[in-house]
Amino acid sequence: MYNDKVIEHFKNPKNFGKIPDADAVGEVGNHRCGDLMALYLKIDKESQVISEVKFETLGCAAAIATSDMIAEMTKGKTIAEAEKIKFQDLVKELGELPSIKVHCADLAVHGIRKAIDNYKKKQTK
Amino acid sequence: MTKDKIYFDYAATTPVDHEVFEAMKPYFTDIFGNASSIHQFGQEARSAVDNARKISADFFDCKGSEIIFTGGATEANNLALKGILQTLKISGQKQIANPEIIISPIEHHSILDTARALQKEGIVVKYVPVDNFGRIKAGELATLINLNTVLVSVMYANNEIGTIEPIREISNIIAEVKKDAKKSNGIYPLFHTDAVQAVEYLDCNVETLGVDMLTMSAHKIYGPKGVGLLYVKRGTPIARIMDGGAQESGMRAGTTNIASVVGLAKALELIRKQDRSKVMGLRDKLVESVMKQITGVKYNGSKKFRLPNNANFSFEGAEGEGIVVSLDMDGFGASTGSACAAEGLEPSHVLKAIGLSDLDAHASLRLTLGRGTTDEHISKIVTALPPIIDRLRSISGGQAKREFKDKVPDDFGC
Repeated sequence: MYNDKVIEHFKNPKNFGKIPDADAVGEVGNHRCGDLMALYLKIDKESQVISEVKFETLGCAAAIATSDMIAEMTKGKTIAEAEKIKFQDLVKELGELPSIKVHCADLAVHGIRKAIDNYKKKQTK
Repeated sequence: MTKDKIYFDYAATTPVDHEVFEAMKPYFTDIFGNASSIHQFGQEARSAVDNARKISADFFDCKGSEIIFTGGATEANNLALKGILQTLKISGQKQIANPEIIISPIEHHSILDTARALQKEGIVVKYVPVDNFGRIKAGELATLINLNTVLVSVMYANNEIGTIEPIREISNIIAEVKKDAKKSNGIYPLFHTDAVQAVEYLDCNVETLGVDMLTMSAHKIYGPKGVGLLYVKRGTPIARIMDGGAQESGMRAGTTNIASVVGLAKALELIRKQDRSKVMGLRDKLVESVMKQITGVKYNGSKKFRLPNNANFSFEGAEGEGIVVSLDMDGFGASTGSACAAEGLEPSHVLKAIGLSDLDAHASLRLTLGRGTTDEHISKIVTALPPIIDRLRSISGGQAKREFKDKVPDDFGC
């Protein structure tokens, strides 16, 4: 069902956990769908670079793997760059996802965008 | 590959028993005739079908002419529901102007979806409610029946949570209703039960059960896939739903699948030889051990009215598909009611019907035991499971406790 890369990110995710003093948090998903995802970001104010990403995900293997992968993909990027990541990019990075699991990649991408949106709102206040 | 793997999904399907396989073998290459042919090739095949019919009739304690072999339980369920409604169309029964059927909300999809298809044709579908253990509220059944009710269909035992339904009680209620001219014309309502999960473990004497129709499937009882049967009590007004040849007393068109029918009968014969207390002992040990070792676990379904081989849990803070994939990586085959493991978006309709929250339904794990399950298998899975749950809980963190203020959109936002 899943390729080795997805299984690896599900089995040994490197980025799970919470950042207590996160600069931005994006919570997505809902209880009916069953995938709940929270992404925590540390962002350097000067450079706008995302220095750290962690996630907490209650969900299927694909949801955990996409959470871990979006963390890898956004770490070290500026928020402007991170915002531009599409779910297709995430799927590509994982190799492939079963078609019914592509929405997990979408969820992860939305999580990052939501976190960045929250961050921007906080900055303008 | 399956040598080192351990199977805990016997409710999904079972391996074909070697004796069953041996019994089937000659009917592929040597005795290959068409049972409808007059010559000896055909007659040899015919006698194998006749014998299989006799064995099946003995098992269910009915007449051979009351057995309709089908291409599985899904077909048998379709035939039971659609075939009954079909006769109304043909005969134009005036006394039933607006036909209604009653089913339970925890039926298999082959009943639920057939009922929904009938609903689109104007049939009224009513649902008799279940309690938190998945037992139907038989007392409420009588209030749902009226002169328009043509059929009640309630499964004998549930495939997800193993709950055994009070079939005799239901047939008694229906028998009482039939005496009441205000509620019944004496013929209807008919009573059908889907006994797919029950055949291996429970008494399936159709007289004792008091049913008009009963569905069974061979592959759940160590027989081949793609073959099942529908018991239809003599005199039941039912019409065929597939046009073609006159096989199965004209009720099921299509050249008889001799090897499969022989396999089905052999599988039924072997059931009587099984020691059912063994599987129950192993299941109880499994449940006790899981509940003791892991916190935040719900045991879904009934303790009292339950198939001896079924266990169903919900683990707070872990998602079912993740659990099943993790178990699979450790070599265990298991199942879940989580939507993430299915083609759809909704979690199990059975778990929802017994009152589980969405998250608990997504967090479910079904382990079903069978003839191949050993004490060692139980020890192995109860050792493997706790670290899996721990790991998934550490990944989910506080998400299981997250509160939702916003209304969930229709597409679930995912």
